[in-house]
Amino acid sequence: MRGTTLRRLRLASQITFFLLFVFLLLRTEFPGSVRSAGADVRVPYPVSLFLETDPLVALATALSTASLYRHLLWAVPFVLLALIVGRGFCGWMCPLGSLHHFVGSMKSERKRGPKLLESNRYKRWQSAKYYVLTVVLVMALFGSVAGLLLDPLSFLVRSMATAVLPVLNYGLRASLDWAHELPLGPARVGVSGVATVLDATVLSFRQPHFHQALAIGLLFAFVLVLNMRVTRFWCRAICPLGAMLGVVSRWSFVQLQKHDEKCNDCKRCELHCQGGDDPIPGAIWRKAECHLCMNCLGDCPEGGLSFTWSGRPGKQTRETPQLQRRAVVTSLVAGAVGLPLLRTGPGVKAAGDPLLIRPPGSVDEEHFLDRCIRCGDCMKVCPNNALHPALFEAGVEGLWSPVLVPRIGYCEPNCTLCTQVCPTGAIWEMTVAEKIGSPARMAPDGTVQQPGRDPNRIGTAFYDRGRCLPWAMGIECIVCEEWCPTSPKAIYLVPAQVTDATGQTKTVRQPYVEPKRCTGCGACEFACPIKGRPAVYVTSAGESRSKANQFLLPENQPLQRS
Amino acid sequence: MSPRAPDDARRQFLLRVLRIGAASAGTIGLGAFLGGRSRRPEEGAATGLGRDHAVAANAALPEMVVAQGPSPQLLVQKAIDDIGGMSRFVSAADTVLIKPNIAWDRSAEEAATTNPDVVAELVRLCLAAGARSVIVTDVSCNDAESCFARSGIADAARRAGAEVVLPDTRHMRQVDLKGGTLGVWPVLEPFLDATKVINVPIAKHHSLTGVTLGMKNWYGIIGGNRSRLHQRIHESIVDLAAFARPTLTVLDANRVLMRNGPTGGGVDNVEQRNTVIVSTDQVAVDAYAAKAWWNLDVPRLRFLQLAEERGLGRTDFASLRTHVLQV
Repeated sequence: MRGTTLRRLRLASQITFFLLFVFLLLRTEFPGSVRSAGADVRVPYPVSLFLETDPLVALATALSTASLYRHLLWAVPFVLLALIVGRGFCGWMCPLGSLHHFVGSMKSERKRGPKLLESNRYKRWQSAKYYVLTVVLVMALFGSVAGLLLDPLSFLVRSMATAVLPVLNYGLRASLDWAHELPLGPARVGVSGVATVLDATVLSFRQPHFHQALAIGLLFAFVLVLNMRVTRFWCRAICPLGAMLGVVSRWSFVQLQKHDEKCNDCKRCELHCQGGDDPIPGAIWRKAECHLCMNCLGDCPEGGLSFTWSGRPGKQTRETPQLQRRAVVTSLVAGAVGLPLLRTGPGVKAAGDPLLIRPPGSVDEEHFLDRCIRCGDCMKVCPNNALHPALFEAGVEGLWSPVLVPRIGYCEPNCTLCTQVCPTGAIWEMTVAEKIGSPARMAPDGTVQQPGRDPNRIGTAFYDRGRCLPWAMGIECIVCEEWCPTSPKAIYLVPAQVTDATGQTKTVRQPYVEPKRCTGCGACEFACPIKGRPAVYVTSAGESRSKANQFLLPENQPLQRS
Repeated sequence: MSPRAPDDARRQFLLRVLRIGAASAGTIGLGAFLGGRSRRPEEGAATGLGRDHAVAANAALPEMVVAQGPSPQLLVQKAIDDIGGMSRFVSAADTVLIKPNIAWDRSAEEAATTNPDVVAELVRLCLAAGARSVIVTDVSCNDAESCFARSGIADAARRAGAEVVLPDTRHMRQVDLKGGTLGVWPVLEPFLDATKVINVPIAKHHSLTGVTLGMKNWYGIIGGNRSRLHQRIHESIVDLAAFARPTLTVLDANRVLMRNGPTGGGVDNVEQRNTVIVSTDQVAVDAYAAKAWWNLDVPRLRFLQLAEERGLGRTDFASLRTHVLQV
């Protein structure tokens, strides 16, 4: 096949996979309808598909948990794919790679004429990504996949979900509102039409707000803008998934053949090279850097370059990444020392932040950190905008892992969407029945027919009586009790005589919490009419996932290890 | 660089003067215009006062119909038929707003939200009576999309031909409710634009007022920080009821949430009552239901008393022309 045809095919593939990615990300939301009454609401598409087919996610979580969660086995075909076509994924499929490709193709003063050729030559700093990969994997081996912050798919999902889409939503809504106010006369129908289309496709019903959105958004923009200096800097120098595929690519079949006799040294093959892998005759082709974008084939007017499936490397080929032994050792040590250093802080064990409320179904914190890749899918899917990227609530190591902020959104009892989309089992998949729990069923003779099951708790509600209307000011309220979704309600009211400022006595209902019923969903905190710091608030105390974070003595069973 | 003729230079100079002059004049003009617009920010003026949506009384027809039977759909049909048919209330020029309770993210079986069959049947009857359009909406407490979907109301109402409107905070208008407790609050636009309004509450337990029935359902037409209303719940219920004044109240008591209201959860709090009450008197419906299923009398329910004092209806439901139907 001719180079230009291959290049068009690649472009078509990039567009297809990017659109598929965006479609799945947009559908990572409440599906809008319930299949049948009483049935659990489920996301209708495999919305975490890209993350579940990511070989780096699979490898890192396999190292940290010695297992593969649910659909992560789907990453295996992608490893096999890399054994055939090397880093073809980077050039043809990766949605973040395609974005970099797109931005990197824009005109830039830094990359003109000879500067562009020079910029596209192989650079030693491209090895950095292999050291990044080493650190990520060593940390995974020590039980933390925090390094997957840099996984390209995790990076893209998180950035899109918590920054790009909310920005888009805000901007489009503001523009539509503005357009609605224009004196357009009958042309207003057009504005309404546009609004309808946008509503049905990209706009969400409620503007999402996320903690950390600014930092995540700026980082995303920065990484994209880097392409104006060096084409696909991220892919060449940082991306640990690219590095992993690069390592695997040494066994792959596809080989670049340089036909030196046809070369007239025009250097056009360097013009649009994505990987910085030196396809130019006279230099060594770096197989581990090549994205198989096919640009060099299309650009060569003499037909001096071709790819073969023989597996036999051409004369000027280096199949393995070029690494420095010292740097490898340094990154091994960095990973091995870095994680224990992070863990010596108070984050994981010593004194957990009371506001570190994890999503329902989350596994114990230690295991959470060896699974959570910070992709933000749970934050995107939550219909209540309850989940947010953490700052230091879970220690430095827990940066951008999900934390529930009840003041912004509470956890709806009959919703399990976040447990369905989590690709790695940090939030373990759960049914609504498991989440809500069930009371014990008793036979008529008083024996237990079926033992009850505790609900999944993410924390417990506590009162700040100094701010609570009936407690502090003798004013009737009960809103927390009204919103409490458990049955029977975890918040109960006790009538109390209070004296108001004029000396008159009156009766108000004062709220209490029954901790055995409370699931920590945060509906009370969300609804509390005291704005700002609420009079009822949830902390992680009593969360189901932790054996240690308990304050009640369990009934009817010998005390377990604390 | 080619030498320029002197008059060319002069022309350039004059043009420059003109440009600078125009720019200065524009800047000064725009500045003065914007300066004149400077005012301390104020809330938009309150508009769209409440209307009375009731239709004329008819001494030959009942004022309240209590229909009992297993099929919610038939109950609505027969009860509306008995009270004079939908054509008595809705005509071709009408935009009808149907206001069920869709406050909570619960399935219909849990009886925290209005029965979807009741809503759908009302939609069909309104359309059959020739209504120009029928809108079903509510300002939910839980996430609106989830509430509308899980309650089954969005689906049922759409299939019956209604326009289902998700409550969008951008589509609220500041309205002076002119109540003793409630002044200016944001009210959902479809409610303000409707010419006929049908309130379709579900009968539920509530820890503060004992019951939540028809008049409390009006909480769902306003936005803002509603959780403050509970501090003077009786007064705010009546203020809203006085503002809303529906054409009809259709109380769904097919499944009744007897305990753990108003959110319920689980079917063990629910009892089958297989009843629909239709009335033109929103106070009488509430008084009847409170007595019938919770044995609560008017003296216990201050909002009923206040409503009667405001002339919104009669708490003495026995004095109404009432039909009881077995369907």
